[in-house]
Amino acid sequence: MFNSLSDRLAATFKNLKGKGRLSEADIDATAREIRRALLDADVAVPVVREFISHIKERALGEEVSQALNPGQQVVKIVNEELVAILGGETRRLNLAKNPPTVIMLVGLQGAGKTTLAGKLSKHLKEQGHTPMLVAADLQRPNAVKQLQVNGERAGVPVYAPHPGVSSEFEDATGDPVQVARDGVAEAKAKYNDIVIVDTAGRLGMDAELMQQAANIRAAVQPDEVLFVLDAMIGQDAVATAQAFNEGVGFTGVVLSKLDGDARGGAALSVRSVTGKPVMFASTGENLSDFEVFHPDRMASRILDMGDVMSLIEQA
Amino acid sequence: AKSNSIFGKGLLALLSTDNITDDVWDEVEETLLLADLGTEPTMELVDNLRERVTVEGSRDPQQVKAMLHEELVKMVDPTMDRRLDASRKDGRPAVMMVVGVNGVGKTTTVGKIGRVLVAEDRHVVFGAADTFRAAAAEQLATWGARVGVDTVRSFEDGADPASVAFEAVKTGIEQEADVVIVDTAGRLQNKANLMDELGKIKRVIEKQAAVDEVLLVLDATTGQNGLAQAKVFAEVVNITGIALTKLDGTAKGGIVVAIQRELGVPVKLVGLGEGPDDLAPFNAEGFVEALLD
Ligand SMILES: Nc1nc2c(ncn2[C@@H]2O[C@H](COP(=O)(O)OP(=O)(O)OP(=O)(O)O)[C@@H](O)[C@H]2O)c(=O)[nH]1
Ligand SMILES: Nc1nc2c(ncn2[C@@H]2O[C@H](COP(=O)(O)OP(=O)(O)OP(=O)(O)O)[C@@H](O)[C@H]2O)c(=O)[nH]1
Ligand SMILES: [Mg+2]
Ligand SMILES: [Mg+2]
Repeated sequence: MFNSLSDRLAATFKNLKGKGRLSEADIDATAREIRRALLDADVAVPVVREFISHIKERALGEEVSQALNPGQQVVKIVNEELVAILGGETRRLNLAKNPPTVIMLVGLQGAGKTTLAGKLSKHLKEQGHTPMLVAADLQRPNAVKQLQVNGERAGVPVYAPHPGVSSEFEDATGDPVQVARDGVAEAKAKYNDIVIVDTAGRLGMDAELMQQAANIRAAVQPDEVLFVLDAMIGQDAVATAQAFNEGVGFTGVVLSKLDGDARGGAALSVRSVTGKPVMFASTGENLSDFEVFHPDRMASRILDMGDVMSLIEQA
Repeated sequence: AKSNSIFGKGLLALLSTDNITDDVWDEVEETLLLADLGTEPTMELVDNLRERVTVEGSRDPQQVKAMLHEELVKMVDPTMDRRLDASRKDGRPAVMMVVGVNGVGKTTTVGKIGRVLVAEDRHVVFGAADTFRAAAAEQLATWGARVGVDTVRSFEDGADPASVAFEAVKTGIEQEADVVIVDTAGRLQNKANLMDELGKIKRVIEKQAAVDEVLLVLDATTGQNGLAQAKVFAEVVNITGIALTKLDGTAKGGIVVAIQRELGVPVKLVGLGEGPDDLAPFNAEGFVEALLD
């Protein structure tokens, strides 16, 4: 039994060694293992299918390398393609010509939006900006308080005219769309140059809440809508990313909880399906656990490429 | 995930052709993979099914369809004991801990379980042993207020979670409560220090009362990492059941099949929404139906 990709590829390499060129059979054998590895890393089935067929095509047309055996050569191609897809069009945050810049956060329940709001505000503040947070999740119990605490920790003001659901206020009061709109006006009045709007978690299939998110977007005309996605997500990544992209529309992706040991194949799925760039990585529970996304690291992570690359070097 | 089919027909439509081709098997495989069942259980299932079809010489589509359903139900194992341990024993309350990685729905599930137990006229106490995340104790207290349960908490940021858990169980014993439910902070299973802290919370509780139930909360959107989560949490605090949350979305939660098989820990509850009543007992048949849907 071979469990890891490197084990299985090692076996494949053994069979392939010594052959001078990439035959269709060589490519098929390696592609099967790569497919399995991608699925184990939670890359979505349709994305794997497309990716593998593209790899096969490219590998067939490829000049035979002198330095690598055919299996290695396919792996190298896979790595290059992964980095290309994950890294295509990386860019910085779009800032408004006339401040404030408005950044809206959206995503599934528990993805890490409220935490990210704190992180992003801290990061931007350290770059000399004067961000303000807006508490437009009036639904999840104590979401407003959670954002206020994060704002305090980041040293950033929080616009929170409604307490949302809390033990004193059983039912949600206030309208998230209005709060978001007023928040932007407040930031303008107070000369905050960036507004970060935290919204409630919602399911892709929840038409009503998706409409609410679209209404918030329409009300505040954000410069960026960041879709926060948990790196542990499995096959549902595609349906969810599509639903948010169609329902609200987002401009960039933040992959959260990358400090875990999930392989994070969702990065590839969301990128392939929506074409939107992964911009940031959220890597912990503290407000400083936040980085720019690194496509090359993500590619090795998805493919377990650390092992595979060292294997290639050994060979 | 409605239109999984590469042919736009759907699994069952394909199975209803009376020629079982490779395309059909690919389709079966994809359906299972798309439900997050994982490559190993999927390949095993497909192999078993292929063998059965050969051995039984089956060409009847209805039969194949039934076989797939049957094999899956067998894997999910409807015979497991899925009851929650929530009654007083040895003159003390039952003690339940709720654990899991970040954001899966632990606090919400504690609230919902409280609701069910209160409806059964049980006296419940919540313990807010998440002293780390911003407003975590407030969130649990809100749930407590919502469902009619008192919450034992600390007002100090970053207080020792084990002490809060200890206090909660102590309160439960003093009040002769039926159940004490301890909510814990989300933690990723690869963080050794946080897992140690969880082990400590349990040990400290056990100075007063055994922990009868340790529920691992698992988000249905979780992919293959779910197995790693379950393994590590099982090692550290010996989980006795799984609550599979967010099944109201499009995710199927197929990873629990592998978890149950490898660890023998049953899924006991499913979360079906954000409201207090959105909790249900796990039902193997229903789960399999949804998985193949
Ligand atoms: N380890 C880790 N935990 C994270 C990260 N980002 C967020 N979290 C944790 O994940 C949990 C959920 O985060 P929130 O920020 O509340 O998520 P949310 O998307 O606002 O959730 P809802 O508002 O309920 O939809 C909390 O326990 C956070 O501390 C991360 O990058 N790494
Ligand atoms: N749709 C849906 N949302 C859920 C379900 N259970 C919990 N949620 C939502 O998921 C988000 C996170 O829930 P929490 O209960 O705070 O999760 P947690 O595991 O306690 O999070 P941390 O303590 O931060 O690790 C909240 O927005 C909940 O309302 C469910 O079954 N369905
Ligand atoms: Mg939030
Ligand atoms: Mg919690």
